[in-house]
Amino acid sequence: MNTKIPATKNNKRLITILVCGVIFMFGFCYMLVPLYNIVCKQIGFNGKSANSATLVNPNMQVDTSRTIKVDFSTTMHGNLNFKFIPLQRHIEVHPGERKLIYFYAENKTGKDITVQAIPSITPNDAARFLKKTECFCFTQQYFFKGEKADMPVYFFIDPAVPKETKEMTLSYTLFDETEFIKKQKHFTKGRIDL
Amino acid sequence: MSESIVLDHATDHDDHGPAKGFTRWLFTTNHKDIGTLYLYFSLIMFFVGGIMALIVRAELLEPGKVLINPEFFNQMTTMHGLIMVFGVIMPAMAGLANWMIPLMIGAPDMALPRLNNWSFWLLPFAFTMLASTLFMSGPAPDFGWTFYAPLSTTYGPKSTDFFIFAIHMMGISSIMASLNIVVTIFNMRAPGMGWMNLPVFVWGWLVTAFLLLAVMPVLAGCVTMMLMDRHFHTSFFDAAGGGDPSLFQHVFWFFGHPEVYILILPGFGVISEIIPTFSRKSLFGYRFMVVATVIIALLGLVVWGHHMFTTGAPLEAQLYFMYATMLIAVPTGIKIFNWVATIFKGSISFETPMLFALGFLVMFTLGGFSGLMLGLVPADYQYRDSYFVVAHFHYVLVSGSLFTIIAAVYYWLPKWSGHMYSEKLGQIHFWLTVIGMNLTFMPMHFLGLAGMPRRIPDYALQFTDFNQYCTVGAFIFGFAQLIFLYIILKSCFSKDKGHVSAQVWEGAKGLEWTLPSPVPYHTFATPPVITTGHREY
Repeated sequence: MNTKIPATKNNKRLITILVCGVIFMFGFCYMLVPLYNIVCKQIGFNGKSANSATLVNPNMQVDTSRTIKVDFSTTMHGNLNFKFIPLQRHIEVHPGERKLIYFYAENKTGKDITVQAIPSITPNDAARFLKKTECFCFTQQYFFKGEKADMPVYFFIDPAVPKETKEMTLSYTLFDETEFIKKQKHFTKGRIDL
Repeated sequence: MSESIVLDHATDHDDHGPAKGFTRWLFTTNHKDIGTLYLYFSLIMFFVGGIMALIVRAELLEPGKVLINPEFFNQMTTMHGLIMVFGVIMPAMAGLANWMIPLMIGAPDMALPRLNNWSFWLLPFAFTMLASTLFMSGPAPDFGWTFYAPLSTTYGPKSTDFFIFAIHMMGISSIMASLNIVVTIFNMRAPGMGWMNLPVFVWGWLVTAFLLLAVMPVLAGCVTMMLMDRHFHTSFFDAAGGGDPSLFQHVFWFFGHPEVYILILPGFGVISEIIPTFSRKSLFGYRFMVVATVIIALLGLVVWGHHMFTTGAPLEAQLYFMYATMLIAVPTGIKIFNWVATIFKGSISFETPMLFALGFLVMFTLGGFSGLMLGLVPADYQYRDSYFVVAHFHYVLVSGSLFTIIAAVYYWLPKWSGHMYSEKLGQIHFWLTVIGMNLTFMPMHFLGLAGMPRRIPDYALQFTDFNQYCTVGAFIFGFAQLIFLYIILKSCFSKDKGHVSAQVWEGAKGLEWTLPSPVPYHTFATPPVITTGHREY
């Protein structure tokens, strides 16, 4: 065929640019993962801010003029045979007040198992103000067959929480982590073994 | 001008016809052959996906089990969606691009002909692999065409891996096709054809190709993450390992929303060619049409969150996504306005392509309005995951994208094959299609508002009447397409010599209409020189 395809050099340059663009977008897709985690942590979405420890500002004042009711709820993921319940269904706290609560967990799976609780907080616009200094959810938890324990959460609500917030829910979903065991000493700090 | 091109062609000593036999199609690098392959492939997949839709509708004829198990029902809805989006609309649009872009810009072929061959031939293998899952002992993919994690990761059937590789292959195919299209449009325009002198169909495809290049890699990354979660012990989407299932939705819809504009923008281009031809006027507001296309594409990249209002996104994000989504109605409204203004005071005739274009204009606008309703945050909480959504996206995809493809086929078929289709049959096809389509999808709006959820094989008793309308409509629609098949085959394989003029349509303007019908195997070996202004050549 007598075709004179013009500007072969231009073709090569354009193809190079476009292929680089495609590779960049493939990379961008993976970049969305850390980006998503950072954004979620900032806005407290999906419990991402609630599974790492925060420091208490020593100047924090307890705002006794306000009371916020915090509900606790638990869910087992899939068919995980655990008994996992909060010892108190709900408590009332003042913003800035530090609280310690316990969750009861009992391994009924009939074998040794590693689990982890993943937190989630609602409402969304208040989620990032519920802060924890220590929580069993920060790490994986090892349970022997039939083992029972009360597991601690130290938390407070930052006084900067929006004025209209009257009620919050802290919810945990317990996951079987057998396939994702991290290489670390089994964490049982603060647990009261029963 | 037309004589000089024909002369050039006749004196071309290296000219030869297509190779004989099957290898012609296997090894072809001719843009017309590849365009034809794409279109035939799309036509076959259209009937495969259509049969699946009819199985779904047959099951929904009455409450309770009619024909198939719920498991198979889920596989049918999933495969129907995947095949219609990736196997019908996208290849058909790519086929139109391959056929028409070189003819419209006066290029001898696509810029990268061998790559073109490869990008087509990946598709039959990808879809054979996808369809083969139906014959495996485990279920075929059954998680919906959006394949949300963890349905497709933790709980996905074994065949999901076939699905993942099929998506990879068709993704590579799309990326290469759009690469080719961009390079062709940039470097192979006829001398004198400036950017603001391009046919609108070419503009539409240029913007679409950039969108494809931007988001297909993201889809590839998304399914790669799924594959890694399934087999390589990562946890991108598994909360147990520190991932997040809602991340999947972000990654997927970052691809998925631009994808809906990928499906419709070339169709906008087709309509912008057809309406001026049959109104015998030039397109109203060409520059605005081009700018609107670009703006729709850019906005389309930043509104994916409106698919995820109920995932617990922060209020600010919901508001942003709502307003940005509403904003897309502005450039789309400009396009609708310009099409109507083109028709206004035109000398209109109602041949089949024009009928489909007008059908598109009315019903796509309806689909756009239900889209606006879904884009409202408070309303979306009510409508999401209901049949209202199904009605909406079928109005924009069937009477949107599909109608533009059918209109384009009727419009250019005489040019491709050299045989005029039967106008009478075309009109019957149009009216049966419109009646069937509206009877199928209009009642779904009301079913959705009344609370019928989507993706269910069974429903409450009070929804029976409307579901029966839908099913009857679907069968009318489905069987009407057999007329379409007959018209195409008759026009393509007719033995008698056609007597179609080069221009075909009285009001048609553009380089492709300067070529004889049927178009010779090689065209524009010497590029035409454009000396006149927009669309006057």
